[in-house]
Amino acid sequence: MEFIVNIVSLGIPFSVALLIASLGEMFNQRAGVFNLGCEGLMAVGAFLGLLVPYLVGGGAEVPGIYNYIGIAVAMGGGALLGLLFGVVVVSFRAPQGIAGIGMQMFGVGLAGTLFRHFVGGTQSVIGIPKAPIPFLADIPILGELLFQHNPLVYVAFILVPVAWYVLFKTPWGLRVRAVGTNPRAADSIGIQVNRVRFQALMVGGAMAALAGAYLSLCQVKMFSDDIIAGRGFIAVALVYFGHWHPVKIMGGALLFTLAQSLQLAIQGLGIDFPYEFLVMLPYVLVIIVLSVSRNSQKMGPTALGKPFNREMRT
Amino acid sequence: MTKRFRTGYKIGVIILAIITAMTFGALILIAIGADVFKTYIVILTEPLKNKIGVTEVLLRLVPLSIVALGITVAYRSGIINIGAEGQMAIGILTTTALALAFPDLPSYILIPAALLAGAFGGAVWGFVPGFLKAKLQVSELLSTVMLNYIAAQLYTFFLRGPMLDPAEITMGSGTPQSMRLSRNLDLTRFIKGTRIHTGLFIALALALLIYILLWKTSYGYKMRAAGASARAARYGGINVPKYLIISMVISGAFAGIAGGIEIAGVHRRAIEGVTSGYGFSGIVVALFGGLHPAGIVPAAFFFGLLIYGADMTQRLVGVPANMIQVLQGIIILTIVATKMVLANPYLMQRVEEKLFSSLRRGKTEEVA
Repeated sequence: MEFIVNIVSLGIPFSVALLIASLGEMFNQRAGVFNLGCEGLMAVGAFLGLLVPYLVGGGAEVPGIYNYIGIAVAMGGGALLGLLFGVVVVSFRAPQGIAGIGMQMFGVGLAGTLFRHFVGGTQSVIGIPKAPIPFLADIPILGELLFQHNPLVYVAFILVPVAWYVLFKTPWGLRVRAVGTNPRAADSIGIQVNRVRFQALMVGGAMAALAGAYLSLCQVKMFSDDIIAGRGFIAVALVYFGHWHPVKIMGGALLFTLAQSLQLAIQGLGIDFPYEFLVMLPYVLVIIVLSVSRNSQKMGPTALGKPFNREMRT
Repeated sequence: MTKRFRTGYKIGVIILAIITAMTFGALILIAIGADVFKTYIVILTEPLKNKIGVTEVLLRLVPLSIVALGITVAYRSGIINIGAEGQMAIGILTTTALALAFPDLPSYILIPAALLAGAFGGAVWGFVPGFLKAKLQVSELLSTVMLNYIAAQLYTFFLRGPMLDPAEITMGSGTPQSMRLSRNLDLTRFIKGTRIHTGLFIALALALLIYILLWKTSYGYKMRAAGASARAARYGGINVPKYLIISMVISGAFAGIAGGIEIAGVHRRAIEGVTSGYGFSGIVVALFGGLHPAGIVPAAFFFGLLIYGADMTQRLVGVPANMIQVLQGIIILTIVATKMVLANPYLMQRVEEKLFSSLRRGKTEEVA
């Protein structure tokens, strides 16, 4: 029993970065833009989030507010990079797959370059401490599982219904889905397709950066060049897996990280098994899931990956 | 629209793109307080100042061009291979395995056999995403990235386990690397005092081979047709999924050969960090070279220069080597955007009208 509780309470914080980034990517893809640069945006977010508390305190403990300023800066930077990506793929209508790789290299390289200049070496920060919720945290088992986490963990899970509400119940969400499904029809009733896509890219960029900042401030509490370790790419895959729906994406994120915490737990038990194969597991899982759920791709936004050009027919 | 205007327009757009890219790079260099002009000069000229520098650039040209040639085959067939990094790693493993198994074969058998083994390993790693894309419509962008991470884990597993140098076990320093491979596998270093090896000629030969394959055979024609328009190719009776898979197998095989050559020519054993981003840089080289062998070889030289030059910036101007990744990212983004501008005839027309109407107005004013 304790073993299972351990795995689950380990797994929930692990899922946060994937969950937030996937929700952001979902807005991009719902608007018809495939942002493979998610990994790069997360790296920049991880760096910017850590930069503010580091500059203030130099690795020592700083008042909590600076951590949150760091997160705000990271989200701003992420939105800016989303905008940049929009210029390339929305305004210039460049093919999104290859542009996303460019964005990924740009983001990861930028974070590494700036980190070496402004911070340098390996520098850990105190980061954001856990915040047990009063009363709820004392419930046996359930309290340990759900209510003794980092504040951003609660934020991430609150973002799921928020994303659902925004996407399905607000006029803006309707516009996002419209420009991702049938941009021509959306255009004909006066929706500015490219403007909505830009907005979605900025929201997605800010969320990817938030996910990165969560990694550097709450999970790893330091920055390294490979801090994201492919989570950005897994986040993109999770959007397919979750059929572009916030709740299913949450399910996917939890499933993946449970696999990961199971791996840590097995390592902890000291079972003699080459750990490289355990580390591989999530990546193998992505490929298997994408292969068996191939019909799901037909459920995606029909204009996904197609730049909108008002002057062209078809 | 005159032909002269059209070429002028294209050159203008490309110059504008280069200026944009360099400005973006300059902004970041300013942000880290570096001397922009000096940094660019160091990256572009410092390596070319002596014999060793030039050969080191050529040394990097070899894997860059081979990987880029493979990526070109895939790209021309309509599939983006970002898994070259993993395919290269697997190629290194298979090359090493063969060299460990048959160390006593004479050079003229061992070298081709080991490189073929590398090609085979890479081809298997390329076949998987190709098959998944052709038969199950799995996006190759995601599957190849995932296979990169899987390959990286396999690589460390083999270097720490089955292929670990016996000397490391007795000495106990624990560096994950294989033993020094058979000397019969060594590619000759043909300039004394430098590391440049005969792999350079293999790279050039492979460039020629890809040119012939893509433009002079019916196979290449069918691949390019499948890439240009899958639907039209299908109506034309081309088995598109089959050519997708073949192109990915070739693409992976090339990455695998690149890995094998790095081992046989440079490192002489499998160690960590051999691939060092060549798989991703290969994408930039392929795009920069216009997806054509005649462009790829010079492009590989240019990026070999950038990569080697970036190693020096840390020491000479205090710019981290990560900057090269930033530049590569910027270059990809600029190339894909520029291509769209060049492919847009309406834009050209509009520019011409604006330009010439203002010129005409200027002339009439002069007359008046």
